[in-house]
Amino acid sequence: MFMEDNVMSDRTEVSKNTGNGSTSTESQRRAAASESVLRPPVDIYETGEGITLQADMPGVAKDRLNLRVEGNSLLIEGTIGVAPQDQMTALHADVRSTVYRRSFTLSNELETQKIEAALKDGQLTVHIPKRAELRPRRIEIRG
Amino acid sequence: MFTRVPYSQVPLFAEFRRLEEELDELFGASTPWNGGIRSLPPGTFPAINVGTTGDNITVYVFAPGINPKQLDISIQQNVLSVSGKREVSVEKNATYYRQERFGGEFRRVIALPEDVDPEKVQASYRDGIVQITVQRRESTKPRQIEIN
Repeated sequence: MFMEDNVMSDRTEVSKNTGNGSTSTESQRRAAASESVLRPPVDIYETGEGITLQADMPGVAKDRLNLRVEGNSLLIEGTIGVAPQDQMTALHADVRSTVYRRSFTLSNELETQKIEAALKDGQLTVHIPKRAELRPRRIEIRG
Repeated sequence: MFTRVPYSQVPLFAEFRRLEEELDELFGASTPWNGGIRSLPPGTFPAINVGTTGDNITVYVFAPGINPKQLDISIQQNVLSVSGKREVSVEKNATYYRQERFGGEFRRVIALPEDVDPEKVQASYRDGIVQITVQRRESTKPRQIEIN
């Protein structure tokens, strides 16, 4: 089996910009970074066929979800889009940010071109298949 | 193999948490939210935000992946209670590296300000957030006083 750190090690820091990010995303990122960020809880499991990641991001709609693979890093980012009401005063807030962000380092045997993602009721599911030639197979012993 | 360490158990974050709680206590001692008799430890599922406009109080319950029909929302006088069950599927024949998401039954009870009208409540569910809006009574709404 793979070491956890190799397969999907958690990196709490914002993924490093590898150079070709446009200025608008860079400034967006900086603006978002100045606000404290929510770290969505995740379940991650592996089967022979691939790795599945499920994240809780309540309040995030499809158009406010940003899923990005840069090199071997997978970034999950989303913004809570609750319809703002005029002159709403907070009485209590368990959730003190509107931005979710978390990134993971992928490993080479994962096929990043074929990542599938679905978002339903604030639950994100990301499936990353393994390269076909690298899927585990049973080795028969002859003799 | 399983990593299920809540934030509050990581020493550094626990320190931040403690500081935050102390500040809350210092500045918010008079609110029913912080240190209220029905309040739950930080990080308990589901998280709740409460806001108010002049006319109503809105409670946001952060409950992803819930069937709204299985959610039980009730209000008695000014005490609002939200309970339900969250089914988190567990894949058999899989190796789990992390299981941080909450699964199972939950219940949260919160005392709203006393001027809410329990007859006028609306609830909706969208993108994993339950939004409950309770009207405040007419008499307690802020009103403009004209000078004759």
